[in-house]
Amino acid sequence: MPRALRLWAAMLLVVAATAATLSGALAADLKPLVRNLGAGGFADTEAAIAALAQTGDPAVVPVLQALEAGDLYVRKEDREVVRGSASNGGYTLTDPLGGAALGEAGRGAVDKIRINNSLRRAISAALGSLTLMSPDAGARRAAADSVFKTRNPDGLAALETALGRENDPAVRSIMEQARAAILLTAAGTPDADRLGAIETIRARGDQESLALLNAVRSAEGASAAVRAAADKAFEAVEMRLSLWGMAQNLWYGLSLGSVLLLAAIGLAVTFGVMGVINMAHGEMVMIGAYATFLVQDAIRTYAPGLFDASILIAIPVAFLVSGAVGVLIERTVIRWLYGRPLETLLATWGLSLVLQQAVRSIFGPTNREVGAPSWMSGSFELGGLVITHGRLWIVIFAFLVFGLLLVALKRTWFGLAIRAVTQNRNMASAMGIRTARMDALTFGLGSGIAGLAGVALSQIDNVSPNLGQSYIIDSFMVVVFGGVGNLWGTLVGALALGTVNKFLEPYAGAVLGKILVLIFIILFIQRRPRGLFALKGRAVEA
Amino acid sequence: MLKTTRTLAAAAGLAMLAASVFAPAVARAQDTIKVGILHSLSGTMAISETTLKDVMLMLIEEQNKKGGVLGKKLEPVVVDPASNWPLFAEKARELLSKDKVAAVFGCWTSVSRKSVLPVFEELNGILFYPVQYEGEESSRNVFYTGAAPNQQAIPAVDYLLANEKVERWVLAGTDYVYPRTTNKILEAYLKGKGVKAEDIMVNYTPFGHSDWQSIVSDIKKFGSAGKKTAVVSTINGDANVPFYKELGNQGVKAQDIPVVAFSVGEEELAGVDTKPLLGHLAAWNYFQSVDTPENADFIKKWQAFTKNPKRVTNDPMEAHVIGFNMWVKAVEKAGTVASDAVIDSLIGVTVPNLSGGYSAMMPNHHISKPVLIGEVQENGQFEIVSQTPGLVVGDEWSDFLPDSKSLISDWRAPMSCGNFNTATGKCGGKGS
Repeated sequence: MPRALRLWAAMLLVVAATAATLSGALAADLKPLVRNLGAGGFADTEAAIAALAQTGDPAVVPVLQALEAGDLYVRKEDREVVRGSASNGGYTLTDPLGGAALGEAGRGAVDKIRINNSLRRAISAALGSLTLMSPDAGARRAAADSVFKTRNPDGLAALETALGRENDPAVRSIMEQARAAILLTAAGTPDADRLGAIETIRARGDQESLALLNAVRSAEGASAAVRAAADKAFEAVEMRLSLWGMAQNLWYGLSLGSVLLLAAIGLAVTFGVMGVINMAHGEMVMIGAYATFLVQDAIRTYAPGLFDASILIAIPVAFLVSGAVGVLIERTVIRWLYGRPLETLLATWGLSLVLQQAVRSIFGPTNREVGAPSWMSGSFELGGLVITHGRLWIVIFAFLVFGLLLVALKRTWFGLAIRAVTQNRNMASAMGIRTARMDALTFGLGSGIAGLAGVALSQIDNVSPNLGQSYIIDSFMVVVFGGVGNLWGTLVGALALGTVNKFLEPYAGAVLGKILVLIFIILFIQRRPRGLFALKGRAVEA
Repeated sequence: MLKTTRTLAAAAGLAMLAASVFAPAVARAQDTIKVGILHSLSGTMAISETTLKDVMLMLIEEQNKKGGVLGKKLEPVVVDPASNWPLFAEKARELLSKDKVAAVFGCWTSVSRKSVLPVFEELNGILFYPVQYEGEESSRNVFYTGAAPNQQAIPAVDYLLANEKVERWVLAGTDYVYPRTTNKILEAYLKGKGVKAEDIMVNYTPFGHSDWQSIVSDIKKFGSAGKKTAVVSTINGDANVPFYKELGNQGVKAQDIPVVAFSVGEEELAGVDTKPLLGHLAAWNYFQSVDTPENADFIKKWQAFTKNPKRVTNDPMEAHVIGFNMWVKAVEKAGTVASDAVIDSLIGVTVPNLSGGYSAMMPNHHISKPVLIGEVQENGQFEIVSQTPGLVVGDEWSDFLPDSKSLISDWRAPMSCGNFNTATGKCGGKGS
C-alpha cells in the first residue's frame, strides 16, 4: 500500500511538471476549440464538445463543467468564450482555460451559451471519458457510471488503463461493470470474454443489467453458449429484482402509511378521544404547513445560514400555532355543540371553508415553496431499494410523534386528566379537574399534532389552501378503520391502508386502487362497526 | 325542526354576507358595457384561475384608460363559481340574463366549459375560453383561444421523436376528459409513427394525487429497458408539485428520462425547487421568457398591476390578452355589442400575440398561434429550445381519431356548422 501511494505521488509530480511546462502550448491549441462552443446553434456546440473531448486533455474538464453549470458566456465584442459569475448587476469574467481574470462586463455585453438535454448528455459522456483518472474517487465513480451508460467502444482502452490503476474497490467494481457492458455490446468480442462479462453484469443485477442481458440473449449471431449463459443470468436478475420489488412496495406502503398516520393521529385525539367530528382537521394541517413556510421565509431573509435547520425550528412553531387555533375554535364554536354531532359536523365544515378562504386571501391562491433542507433531499440505495431521504425522515417523524403522544396520554398527569374527562365527565369534575379547560387543551393537542403533520406534508405536497382537503377523508378512514378511541388502532389502520394501497397500485392503477380500498373499508365496517381494535367496557357506552 | 330552520337561516345570512364581502366593489355607472369574468376564486381551481381574473381586470382597466369601447367604459362583472361545475352553469346564466354582459371570459377545466356550454347556446352569449384543451368540440358561442391538441401535444411529441430520439413513451395523466382524449389522440398518432403497443405505458391518477413513489419508480423501470424513454404528462393542477418533487428525489434526470408537460407553466413551478428539474420540458404557445418587446411590455404592466415584481406570467394569460383584444376589435368593427354581429365579425380578426407574431380567429373559432417547447431552468423559467417556424392553426376535430376524422367546423355564413361531416356532406355528427 505505501508503495502504491508513493508511486501515485510520483506520478502526480510528473503529471504536474509536464502540465506546467506544456500548459501554455496546450492552452493555445485548445483556445480555438473552446471558441467553437459559442459558435452558434446547439448542433455546433455539440460538435465543439466532441472535439474538446477528443483532445483527452484534462484542462478541458473545467471548461465542460462550467458549460454544464451554465457559466459560459460569449463576449459580444470579440465572440470570445468566457466564464462569468454574477456580480452586482453584471458578470465577473475569467478565462475558462486557466482562469485568468478578464475584468467585468455588463449584462448586455455577454450572451449565455444555452444548453439543452442532448448537450447535457454529450457533456456528461465527454466528462466520463476525461475524468476516469481524476484524483477524486467520487469523480471517477461518476465517470465510470457514465461510461457504463454510454457503452462507447472507443473508450475501452482508456477504461482499461484506468482500471489498472484503480485502488478503490467500489469504483473498481463499477469500472469492471462498465468494461463488461462495452464488451457485451461491442461487435467481435471473443466468447470467453463475453461469458465473463455476463457474470459481471449478473452480479450487478439491477434494471439496467436486465436490459443489457436481454439485448445479449436476443442479439443475432450470438453463440449458443453465450445465449444460454445470458438466459440464465437474465432469469437470476429478474428473480432478484422481483424480490426487491416486493421489498420496495413494502417500503412505499410504510411510507404512505406514515403520512396517513401523521394526518390521522391528531384526529384520533379530537374525534377518537373527544368524539368531535372535526371537518376542519385538514385545515389545521394546512395551517401547520403555512407556519413552516413562514418560518422558512423568515430564516431565508434573516438567517440564511440556518436554512438546514428551518424544518426543525418549524416543528414547535407549527405545533403552537395550530394548537392555538384549535383552542380558539374549541372555545368559540365547538364547546356550544358538544353532544350534537350533526351540528358539529356542519359548523366545522363551514369553519374549514372560512379558514381556507382566509389563507387564500392572506397568502394568495398560488402554491408557496417550502424548500427541502439538504439532509432531506435526494435518495440512497440499499441493495435494490431506492429510499429517498425525505420519506425516511417522515417515517421516523411519524413514529416519534406517535410515541410521544402515547407517552403524553398514558404517563403524564395531563393525559390522565384527558382520559378521566372523556371516560366520566361528572366523576372527573368531582375530583377537581376543570373539565372545560381540559376540553380546550385536548382539542388544542389534537390540532397541534395536525400542525406537526403539516410540517411533514410541506415537504411532499403543495403548500396551498387546499392542502388539508385531500387528507381529511383519508384521516377519517384511518381512524374509523382502526377503531375509534384507540391510538394503536390508528397506527395499525394507517400502516395497513398504506401497504394495501401500494400493493394494489401496480396491478389496479392509482384510481381503481383507491376505489378498491374504499370498498374494502365499507365492507369491513359492515362486519365490525367499531373498527379493528374496538374499545370494550363502560367507556364505549358513555 | 325550529332549530334547524334557525341554523339554516343563519347559514344563509352568513353566505349572503360573504357574497357581499367578496363581490367586486365596482361603481355601477349608467352607460357602460359589461364584461363577465367567470373564474373560480375559491376551491381547488382558484390556484390557476384567480390569476386570469386579475389579468382580465388589468386589460379592462387599460382599455378604459384608452377610452373604452365604442365610446363607453367597460365594466367588469366578477363572479365566483367556486370550482363547482354546476355552479359554473348557474353563474353563467346569472351573467347573461341578469347582468346582461356583452361577453364572458372564463372557465379553466374542460368539465366547467362543458357545463356552461348549453347556457351560452341557449342565451346566445359569447364565451372566450383561454386554456389548452382536448378539442372535439366547436360551438358557435365559444371562442377557443387556448391550444387544440395539434397546437401543443402533437408538436411536443414530434420534438421528442426528432431531437431526443424517444422510442418508449409513458403517457401519464390525471383521470378526466382532457388527459384521456389527448392520450387517445397521442396513442393513435404514435402508433401511426410505428411505435409498438408494448412501448407505450398509459397511467392515470386521481385529482390531487400526492403519493407518487410507486408511479415514479414504475416510470424508472419502464425507462431502463435500453430504449430512450420520455414521459408525456397531462397531469393537472395540484398533483404536479408532488410529482416533480418525487422525480427530483428519486433522481430521474431530464437527460435520461425527459418529462414533457402540457399543464405545467411558470405559475405551477412557483411552488417547487426547480434545480433537480433542470431540462424537463413543457409545450405551450407562450412562455414568460419569450424575448419580444411586446412581452417585456406586458410583463412590466402585469407586475406593476399586481404590485409584485416577482409575479410570473403564463400561457392562458396570453390567451386572454389575445381573446380580449380580438373581442375589442370585433366590437369596433361591428359597431355594436350584440352577440350575433360580434360572433360574425370575430372571424378573421387579427391581433398581435406576445411572441412577436399575429394571431387570427379562424372560421372554426380557434386561433392560429406558434408552438414553443421550453426546458425548465433553475430559476423556474423556461428556456425555449424549439419554436415552430410559422403559426399553427387550431384543429378542433382531431385527424387521428376515427370518429372525428371526417368532421370539420366552419361558422361562416353558408355552412355555419360546428361538425360538418365531409364524408356524408351533412352538418351533424358527434359532439355539438
